[in-house]
Amino acid sequence: MGTLAEEIFSRRLGRNVRAGDTVIADVDCALAHDVTGPLAIQAFQALEAPLWNADRVVFTFDHVMPANTVAAAELHQMIRAFAAEHGVRHLYAEGICHQVLVEKGFIRPGGIVVGADSHSTTYGALGCFATGLGSTDIGVVFATGKTWFRVPETLRIDVRGELPPGVSAKDVALHVVRIMGADGADYMAVEWGGEAVRAMPLDARLTLCNLSVDFGAKAGLVEPDEVTRAHAGEHFADVHPIQPSYASVLEVDASGIRPQVAVHPAIDNVHDIDDVAGTPLHEVFIGSCTNGRLDDLAVVAAVLQDRRVHDRTRTVIVPASRGVYLSALDAGYIDTFVRAGALVLNPGCGPCLGRQHGVVGAGENVLSTSNRNYPGRMGSPGARIYLASPAVAAASAVAGEIADPAEAR
Amino acid sequence: MARVFKLGDGVSTDAIIPGRYNVTTDRDTLRRGCLVEARPDFGQNVQPGDVIVAGRNFGCGSSREHAPLAIKENGVAAVVAASFARIFYRNAVNIGLPVIRCDALHDFVEDGDDAEVDVARARVTVRGREFQGEAPSGVALRIIEAGSLIGMIREGGWAAVEEVSHVS
Repeated sequence: MGTLAEEIFSRRLGRNVRAGDTVIADVDCALAHDVTGPLAIQAFQALEAPLWNADRVVFTFDHVMPANTVAAAELHQMIRAFAAEHGVRHLYAEGICHQVLVEKGFIRPGGIVVGADSHSTTYGALGCFATGLGSTDIGVVFATGKTWFRVPETLRIDVRGELPPGVSAKDVALHVVRIMGADGADYMAVEWGGEAVRAMPLDARLTLCNLSVDFGAKAGLVEPDEVTRAHAGEHFADVHPIQPSYASVLEVDASGIRPQVAVHPAIDNVHDIDDVAGTPLHEVFIGSCTNGRLDDLAVVAAVLQDRRVHDRTRTVIVPASRGVYLSALDAGYIDTFVRAGALVLNPGCGPCLGRQHGVVGAGENVLSTSNRNYPGRMGSPGARIYLASPAVAAASAVAGEIADPAEAR
Repeated sequence: MARVFKLGDGVSTDAIIPGRYNVTTDRDTLRRGCLVEARPDFGQNVQPGDVIVAGRNFGCGSSREHAPLAIKENGVAAVVAASFARIFYRNAVNIGLPVIRCDALHDFVEDGDDAEVDVARARVTVRGREFQGEAPSGVALRIIEAGSLIGMIREGGWAAVEEVSHVS
């Protein structure tokens, strides 16, 4: 009996656990990437212990890939040397961790996964309890296969009704951030449900769970169903809330949501697009672990087909993974993007973190489909970052200013 | 006495150490990157034993452990905040950077104030006024007693956490 989070922990531990309990749990796998991985390796080495399981340790090269500085190259070398020494074979340089782990089958319904990256909450879209930890915690997992959790209370969010055309999971998530505030779900699990969520394909659910950490949640979760089964196949597990007791419940009317924009300088400074339409843009970034998937690129391609991006707006498009890139090639999206004048870059985190692929200068406005608009996130603290959906991003790239996708059709 | 560096609400790990400054494990590089854009005067003026006082949700965003490391490498005695983002708080405890939750101090204190910090008692005194904060408890307290998460695991594996888990 319990919330989805409580059910997952109870299954794993073989006894009933409740929110508030402190538990030590085995994890399915531990992720670290090219920036957090080296510190995790150092923490592991300080333990002077053998590696727990070489097949359950995953490294991704995505945050600075390919290396753009000698320092980055040396971090990559350090990870490769560690992997060679310990027989770790899951090294991926083909996209963002939070897409690659889903594609490679590391994420299973009812499982528990930890990653040295805050957006590890993304995996909850498959009904897996997943959360971000620091490098030292991950280094300890490398040695023990376990970590400790305080089983979280749950905020249940029911998204009722049907989303209007041009409104997506990104808008739902930003709308919830607007209601909850940047720390509104601190230490809690968020369970996403309701008709609008049930109707969402996996890509959209990944967006919801990805952004859950950006209003403080420890995990974002969607109850496994037929959509989950289609992805998980034989690894499907029918885990669901049983007579759950929620710390709070939020009901959202999907039909009333306008395209949302999170405005500099905070994720919870969210406005209806009508408030900010017309803001000139110097850069548009379409990609990231929030919105760099095939469904996202399909929306963008539909808008950019037979159009050009505005002269003043450099438009950077980064598929989340090689798999997404190949599918987008097959579908003709990449051709559309390049002909529209966009810059299509290699799979990875792209300019989201302000270290590569489109760093912004003071006084510039950038609209991004990613998840963070903190001052300095994408370059100069003097740049203004707006976060929105792929539909808004594509319409805005064409208009050269923030634009309502309804007007681009 | 410790000098107070006062910061606002929602200070992200991007502000504490931007993504252009944390592509490294070198502790001295991290030290120099601390608040380099958000508070350029911090690096110039900070002395070991100084204290950061912040508002709500300190350390939100990226899980980068480089953020508490950068603060610790500057010799900061404690970060006192109205609230902390979950991952930052856990990271700080894991590496032995003292963190104190205290609601009331932030409104009272001014940047540049002298403060006396008693980390063990989670108490801060500024201009004769004493503020009682909330020290870590539960598993976090066990980690602090061991000095760091690595220290705790090296000493006794998960035994200390098992003790706490049986209490809860």
